[in-house]
Amino acid sequence: MRWLEKIRVRWEMLIHRRREVQRLDAELGFHLEQQIAENIAAGMNPDEARYSARRAFGNQTLLCEETRETWNWNRVGMVLGNMRISIRTLARTPGFAIISILVMAIGISANVALFTVVRSVLLKPLPFKDPARLIRLYEHSADDKFPYNMSAAGVFAEWKKQSHSFSDLALVSTSGEYNVSGASGQLPERVRAVDCSWDLFPTLGVEPALGRGFTPADDKQSASATVVLSWGLWKRRFGGDPSILHQTIHINARPYTVIGIMPSWFAYPEQGVQLWTPIYHEELPQDMQALDSHDYLAIGRLLPNVSESQARAELSTIVRRIHDEHLDNPFISKGADSRPLLEDMVGDLKTPLYVLLGATACVLLIACLNVANLLVARAAARRKELAIRAALGGSRWRLIGEHLAESFLLSAAGGAAGLLLAQVVIEWLIRTRQDISRVEAIHIDGVVIVFTLGLIFFCATFAGLISSVSAAAGDKILSSLQESSRSHSAGPARVGLRKWLLSLEVGLTVVLLVGAGLLLKSYQRLRASDLGCITNNVLTMRFGLPQAQYAQDARRVTFYEALLDRVRSLPGVQASGLVRLVPGQGYGGDSGFLVAEHPPLPQGQIQYAIVRWADPGYFAALGIPLLRGQTFDADQRLDKANEVVISESFAHQYFPNEDPIGKHLLALGRRPFKIAGVVGDTRFVIAAPARPIMYFPLYALLYQGVPTDATLAVRSNRDVTMLALPIQQVVQQIDRELPVSDILTMDQIIGKSTLDSSFDATLLLAFAVLSLVLAAVGLFGVLSYIVAQRTAEIGIRIALGAQRERVLSLVLLDGLRPALFGLALGVAASVGAAHLIRSMLYGITPLDPAVFVSVIVMLSLVAGAACLIPAWRASRLDPTIALRAE
Amino acid sequence: MGKPSDLVQGTLDLLILKTVSLEAKHGWAIAKRIQQVSGEVLQVQQGSLYPALHRLEQQGWIRGKWEESEIGRRAKFYSLTAAGRKQLEQETTNWNRLSGAINLVIEKA
Repeated sequence: MRWLEKIRVRWEMLIHRRREVQRLDAELGFHLEQQIAENIAAGMNPDEARYSARRAFGNQTLLCEETRETWNWNRVGMVLGNMRISIRTLARTPGFAIISILVMAIGISANVALFTVVRSVLLKPLPFKDPARLIRLYEHSADDKFPYNMSAAGVFAEWKKQSHSFSDLALVSTSGEYNVSGASGQLPERVRAVDCSWDLFPTLGVEPALGRGFTPADDKQSASATVVLSWGLWKRRFGGDPSILHQTIHINARPYTVIGIMPSWFAYPEQGVQLWTPIYHEELPQDMQALDSHDYLAIGRLLPNVSESQARAELSTIVRRIHDEHLDNPFISKGADSRPLLEDMVGDLKTPLYVLLGATACVLLIACLNVANLLVARAAARRKELAIRAALGGSRWRLIGEHLAESFLLSAAGGAAGLLLAQVVIEWLIRTRQDISRVEAIHIDGVVIVFTLGLIFFCATFAGLISSVSAAAGDKILSSLQESSRSHSAGPARVGLRKWLLSLEVGLTVVLLVGAGLLLKSYQRLRASDLGCITNNVLTMRFGLPQAQYAQDARRVTFYEALLDRVRSLPGVQASGLVRLVPGQGYGGDSGFLVAEHPPLPQGQIQYAIVRWADPGYFAALGIPLLRGQTFDADQRLDKANEVVISESFAHQYFPNEDPIGKHLLALGRRPFKIAGVVGDTRFVIAAPARPIMYFPLYALLYQGVPTDATLAVRSNRDVTMLALPIQQVVQQIDRELPVSDILTMDQIIGKSTLDSSFDATLLLAFAVLSLVLAAVGLFGVLSYIVAQRTAEIGIRIALGAQRERVLSLVLLDGLRPALFGLALGVAASVGAAHLIRSMLYGITPLDPAVFVSVIVMLSLVAGAACLIPAWRASRLDPTIALRAE
Repeated sequence: MGKPSDLVQGTLDLLILKTVSLEAKHGWAIAKRIQQVSGEVLQVQQGSLYPALHRLEQQGWIRGKWEESEIGRRAKFYSLTAAGRKQLEQETTNWNRLSGAINLVIEKA
């Protein structure tokens, strides 16, 4: 029954610990008395007997310690004891404790939050079945310059027919917007929607939460219209009522049967898609056969025994074969490419997220260094006490243990606070960045908790060990006892470590400042770049005319003209125009063309430009300058539409030494369009330079390829947002069933497209400022401490006639030296870091001199200020007080 | 002399177990007994005695009990537990085998 005995002993030791300690004392005391008694019996006098016994016995406290080390729970007791001591010490200096915990909490929370995002978005596998086998398929761009172009539906059909590498292949359109008509008094609404082949859901391995997915029978031109709803749309618009299944709703003024509801977490191909419809039912057969309209995205599930590179090679061969069979069509790609689906969905987020994570790691390191620095200062202040304890036989581990306990307590409290703070930060982040992929997957989970524990452990050990190393200089007990007996001067080795820490801290701060500076300047450049049109007080909104209702071209054109007429007569409206997409709203597609008056292009060479459709008043409404010629005539409507307006860079690129006016473009199925005018360049997104654009008349016939969606742009001389409601009312008056969407001012459009860059810059700036403050505090603290240590020495110097200016510069240099060293270190590291974030910069080089110079100047000023105060205090020392201050 | 490092590792445990196997003894008596029986060769210092006693107690081989001592003061008397008796047998066997083996080597080699 040994285990029973053991448990009994354990229990005794746990419950009666205090009694056992007293009993151990008594036990050893008894032994001592026996020894004394024996000595007396041997003939010594009592005093001698006692003395001799004690000498033979040795250090009773130490023996107690050693005996207790064999006890159960001893380790726990030690740790608890250390904790108790640490709590007491920390409670004595609440300011120090609070600051340290706060610093740790900020550092840890930033790391935990960013790690949560990185893990949820970048690292976690996609929530689909066997996601490692899912790949996104691309065609190369026709000029072979860009490997990750969209696919043509006709090419996809050939892939599907000929390839043997995939268990499933699916085709998806880019997301557009569909009108969902109001039923029973609801307002009509425009929602994000995609067309997909019936096998999209099986390819991803996702089942609808309710109802069924598409079948091959649904995905045909002749099938009756079906739709699958997102969970969010179902809850919001249909009240989460399951009876909506098999019912008919009106989409783009056509009846659709609701057949399924997707699970709430599902979002593909992007955030915010609310409807899925079968692609072969929705799109025109000729579009589904086209080999040269790269408008669709294709995904595939690899067969288990096929590698991605094998599949890619196979797809490429198929594309090449199609290309070779159609040499007369230069817009067919020559090759294919692929990437893992996860990479395709979140690849763009990689650099910014890892940069931010790196920045938070720097912040945490700085936080640890600061806390370590504070601990070192305290350890140094307690040096004499520690030396005495070491001299009395206190074990070094016990002393280090106390230190570690202190830094562990600080880190643990900081970590707990940090975890709470991180939760708040994550919630804020999810709210602000609804646009990033997989945002719905971001949450704190077990791995994040383990990560947080790891961080706490790291911080505790890092901060604790650094301070212990300087505290537990046990072999220098004697010297430190001597040194502390007269505090004339602190040993140089002791502050050396702290100076190193400071240099490191300053260096990291410089890296953060440079990174933040570069991103901030990029963002300013981005915001300052010229879209090519008026952006002030311009309101835009989008709508799409459902083909079912507007099948007749005349009806569509009448709607446009009526809309513009009524909007232009609203009070406060200065000008308004219609266009497919305003500048900054996106690429929107391009088209090939030929110039009728030019010799035919050599085989395989292509000419293409962005396509826009605009009403004649559009250019004036947005202040896009007419450089030559004129805008469309008023009679450019319906079958008479045969003019085109080109942009300046179009004219430069394709009519370098001639007047384009009056020449003809063969476009949109080789129809001739006469060039009526040249307008100024505009950018399709703010971050990319202007590309050639050709503008066709919006009032043309539908068969010419006119889209049925458009953006209305309205300019006013006062607050244009006031016009949003009147304009919506105008739309409702003309067509009660027509919803509008994306009601945004031009400034908001720019803001949306620069959100990434402003977000990254703001966060990094916040981190950099935080580190700067921490570094300044650290610098100030260390120097103040050094000055305090050297008070007597400085006093003597001054008493002996040292110039106060010399004292000032002496102390100042003492503090500035590590700062300047750190600065140099930081600048060197920044050069490397700047290259890493190259892809996030806009309009500046990674080594932007202005940023580097201002960081260096700013840091020097802050460091100077932080050092000046203690230095000035040192130079003002009253020698009599200083010398008496022993 | 009988410093702890001079004793073969674990031997002190064996000596203590053996010493308390006949009757309960306190620390001083155990040290004295070992010294006496070994003909003053083995002197157990308190620096190793008490940690060893407490270790054995924590492991459940011996049990300490506070009782009146021969001089009328309360002292901690250690006695063997049932598990300790088994342990003593095992360690004795081990010791005999080991010392026998060493003797063989010394005598015959």
